[in-house]
Amino acid sequence: MVNWISSLPNFSAYGTPVYFIYLILALLPLGIGLYFGKRFSWYEALVSFVFIFLMFDGSSWQQGISLIVYVIYETLLVMFYSRYRRQQNSAGVFYLLAGLSILPLVIVKLSPAMVGHNSLLGFLGISYLTFRAVGTIIETRDGMIKEISPWKFIRFILFMPTITSGPIDRYRRFEKDYRQVPARGDYLNLVSKGIFYLFLGFLYKFVIGYFFGQRFYPFFEQLAMTNHSLFSWSMLGVMYTYGFYLFFDFAGYSLFAVAISYFMGVQTPMNFKQPFKSKNIKEFWNRWHISLSFWFRDYIFMRFVFMATKKRWFKNRNALSSTAYMLNMVLMGFWHGITWYYILYGFLHGFALVANDWWMRFKRKHLPNLPHNKLTTGIAIFVTFNFVMFTFLIFSGFLDTFFFS
Amino acid sequence: MQEQIINILADATGRDAADFSDASQDLFTSGLLDSMATVSLLLGLQDAFDVQVPVSEFDRSQWNTIEKIEQRVKELQNA
Repeated sequence: MVNWISSLPNFSAYGTPVYFIYLILALLPLGIGLYFGKRFSWYEALVSFVFIFLMFDGSSWQQGISLIVYVIYETLLVMFYSRYRRQQNSAGVFYLLAGLSILPLVIVKLSPAMVGHNSLLGFLGISYLTFRAVGTIIETRDGMIKEISPWKFIRFILFMPTITSGPIDRYRRFEKDYRQVPARGDYLNLVSKGIFYLFLGFLYKFVIGYFFGQRFYPFFEQLAMTNHSLFSWSMLGVMYTYGFYLFFDFAGYSLFAVAISYFMGVQTPMNFKQPFKSKNIKEFWNRWHISLSFWFRDYIFMRFVFMATKKRWFKNRNALSSTAYMLNMVLMGFWHGITWYYILYGFLHGFALVANDWWMRFKRKHLPNLPHNKLTTGIAIFVTFNFVMFTFLIFSGFLDTFFFS
Repeated sequence: MQEQIINILADATGRDAADFSDASQDLFTSGLLDSMATVSLLLGLQDAFDVQVPVSEFDRSQWNTIEKIEQRVKELQNA
């Protein structure tokens, strides 16, 4: 069995242009059904199973096993908590369950740093599935999710277009889309939007992202390694080419996930909204990897502030907001992985959010007559863009190679 | 009720009540409300009107103007 599975071909999500042809052909009956106002749930489950199977078979078969074990584990947790919550509501049980649902991810993230190799529990997409599972438990705690079945939960966390890298949807939003088949006009609208996103995604990921990632970035990388000077034009080249590669690659991928979701009649949220035209760092996080930053905003930042305000942990409002920003972003840094550069990346963004708030207050209080025009807006965009690019250079891990190898 | 909401908003954001004279302006896109101030707003509404709004119930598009806040509070009071 194992030999057979590991000998099968493996298709990573949206890896090659031909993948899209198979995927769209397979989804065609579903689309026809939606056009006629019917959702063929069983057919959808079958197609999803086949494509998820193809992502985790062949050389990735061990990840496939981990995925199955993980999904069973999380489903049991969610179902147990949902049943418990209908009777009782103690904070201790909530924290225990939330902790247990994050546990596999924590082990996977800590393993490389602690034991020197990747954990067997890991599989591609574990962090995205964990966000969905924990979010579901939190909303159950809040009484917003009243009833959930194993089948509905599995359908949600394993939603095929978004399984490996998001966008991170929310249970209630997803379930509403899933239950309601869109009206014909709306569905056609979704399909035409989806087609546009698909082609924009091709341009982003397979053309622009390819050139930045496979051509420009390696060129500057090599140059910077030979020069070996930290403050050099080649280092600047590394910084910008990596930053653009990161954006076009990830935004392209997210566009695919959104487009395929639309074809399936589910309006998965957009992940990027022209992040490089942000005028400050706060705006940036409303435009960059939105489903992740909103997840952190709603489930970490706001809940922490809510509790801290209620329990009066802080005398000073600004001290509270600064602590919450740092907590939020440093945690996000840790989530990316336990390396100095991810954590520093989170720290810098937390610090920038604190500094931004301070500057906004200072400006309102002491510089009410500061001009506001095209030039100052241009400066704001320039500063934000370059700060972000600098943090991406840190995020890239290039400096780790640069200094330590 | 609207006046009370404006006072809560002014408190939550540290601004003047005059900044909230337009009951239909979008509080989020205008930059008046951020996540921090939103929490203060929710706690303020809780104290003033005795309504419970869990953070995960807070869908920004449903709470983004003074008019909508008033509407939501009334709904929650009657629920």
